[in-house]
Amino acid sequence: MDLYEYQAKDLFAAHGVPVLPGDVATNPADAKAIAAKFGQAVVVKAQVKTGGRGKAGGVKLASTAEETEEKATAILGLDIKGHIVHRVLVTPASDIAEEYYFSFLLDRANRTFLAMASVEGGMDIEEVAATKPEALAKIHIDAIKGVDAAKATEIADAANFPAEVKDQVVDTIVKLWETFVAEDATLVEVNPLVRDPQDKIVALDGKVTLDENASFRHPAHAELVDKAAENPLEAKAKEKGLNYVKLDGEVGIIGNGAGLVMSTLDVVAYAGEQYGVKPANFLDIGGGASAEVMANGLDVILHDEAVRSVFVNVFGGITACDAVANGIVKALEILGDEATKPLVVRLDGNNVEEGRRILAEANHPLVTVVDTMDNAAAKAAELAAAGV
Amino acid sequence: MAIFLNENSKVIVQGMTGAEGTKHTKRMLASGTNIVGGVNPRKAGEKVDFDGTVLPVFGSVKEAMEATGANVTVIFVPPAFAKAAVVEAIDAEIELAVVITEGIPVHDTAYFWAHAVATGNKTRIIGPNCPGIISPGKSNAGIIPANIAGTGKIGLVSKSGTLTYQMMYELRDFGFSTAIGIGGDPIIGTTHIDALEAFQADDETVAIVMIGEIGGDAEERAAAYIKENVTKPVVGYVAGFTAPEGKTMGHAGAIVSGSAGTAQAKKEALEAAGVKVGKTPSETAALMREIMQNL
Repeated sequence: MDLYEYQAKDLFAAHGVPVLPGDVATNPADAKAIAAKFGQAVVVKAQVKTGGRGKAGGVKLASTAEETEEKATAILGLDIKGHIVHRVLVTPASDIAEEYYFSFLLDRANRTFLAMASVEGGMDIEEVAATKPEALAKIHIDAIKGVDAAKATEIADAANFPAEVKDQVVDTIVKLWETFVAEDATLVEVNPLVRDPQDKIVALDGKVTLDENASFRHPAHAELVDKAAENPLEAKAKEKGLNYVKLDGEVGIIGNGAGLVMSTLDVVAYAGEQYGVKPANFLDIGGGASAEVMANGLDVILHDEAVRSVFVNVFGGITACDAVANGIVKALEILGDEATKPLVVRLDGNNVEEGRRILAEANHPLVTVVDTMDNAAAKAAELAAAGV
Repeated sequence: MAIFLNENSKVIVQGMTGAEGTKHTKRMLASGTNIVGGVNPRKAGEKVDFDGTVLPVFGSVKEAMEATGANVTVIFVPPAFAKAAVVEAIDAEIELAVVITEGIPVHDTAYFWAHAVATGNKTRIIGPNCPGIISPGKSNAGIIPANIAGTGKIGLVSKSGTLTYQMMYELRDFGFSTAIGIGGDPIIGTTHIDALEAFQADDETVAIVMIGEIGGDAEERAAAYIKENVTKPVVGYVAGFTAPEGKTMGHAGAIVSGSAGTAQAKKEALEAAGVKVGKTPSETAALMREIMQNL
């Protein structure tokens, strides 16, 4: 889960990383009030989970409370790379002497964590990495030993942080590591990490990604979820414990196993090319595929207005196909009149004959059983095109 | 010969008495796996009957190994306790630990991997979040259904469980030396490269199917490895061409970040290494079928 800047900074502050004060406003009047409270020039920053806010006009300086209101009016509602701005962070403007870059992240290839640091911050770090790789220090972190003052010094030295601020940088690095570990983050990024004219180090921006697998030991993280910004179908699926991602096509997809479902999306996309239809979602119902899970899955997908047909693609490994077939039949019973879109079902594997027999016997008018994944995808695409 | 797991493997199950552990211990026994016991400190000394096979429960992996000579452990313990379970297996220096558990925090996986490295990599770790490994007709450590395909000469390595099953099913008339699901988490123990290296060295394996998916660059690195080191024919498949950027697709590691981790890049890297890459699972199976028929 990606956090907003203000949430990231709240976590930073909780772990002792130096940040500027700030408050979040959802309307211009509140933004004005916050600026009035600070009584100085402020920066109004769009809170969106994407980069390039500045270029998109999502970060503006305001010298008075009135001006803050104007800037907030301009920023709220902006569409930044498909993200609508619903909140702005109002924070005191600060003088900047130098801008640095710092992050901790997952290093998949080396199966550990990585620190990345540069004294050339402020800009897109991928650009720095591409154009001036020597300016970006990359230091592997031992996941057991972690980052103490000595390791942080090694990182600061590797990136050539200036002597006047090195102690502060080292201290900040240690605290960012504490944030990274204590919050079960997979990314903690500060860009820019700023040196002000008084040689004080401040995290001026913050980006944090939390590991959702660790949510069982972070009950407080549930409050960081922006429910209003969630796609309603994704929110509904999440409530039912389904692994669902909304996409922008017309063929609803249900399958078992993440890899098989990804593969199903691809096969449907290929089959749909000639009809101009695409997969409408990712939905992995996992190993269980009980009637209830199937009904929940169908319930979510059939309420997606964009969906014209549904492809149920199950390989019965541990799950038996007869159980899946019964699940489909019962799910259609449960849904009754709400089930209105054609279903193409492909079953293979464990007890497949019995599964197909059950579907044949039920003879539901909406259900077509097709033998192979490729043929079923073609059928589902054809039906979706016919239903448009 | 098979890789990592064979007819001499003596298997214990950590978390054997839990719901998943019980269900799959029965299945593994039914497929002929030599399971010699389980581990649960709270039930140490008890015996558990699995449809007629009575297995002892030990207090620790070390005790189980001393009493039974076990050299493989299959781990079903819940995410919150998985780190401790894997560390225990590593400390006992068991040869192979197959971590089935899904949903382990990545900090925990990074920790037990670092622990394995720091102690000299005496334990091969497969997973986490994987279906395990099967050497058909010899042994089955994990949750891969044993009845999909029998013994043969194809080696299979895959990030995905159900795609493993699908591919085994499509090629069931040829059979497999070993099929191994390495898991879809961002940090995993055994990699595509580890499996490729072992299949290349395995007399019984004549050709290899490699299944990847979006996220990370494991497939690209495997492609580079194949180019330099693998002389046996390799057929590849990559899932997730249509996955949007920035969305996790079921597996914690299956995410395209910016321009990194795309299926297209993986496919191109594999093809550049001489690997034939199928557009769909069935096309991939057809490519392998052609290779097997011409051998």
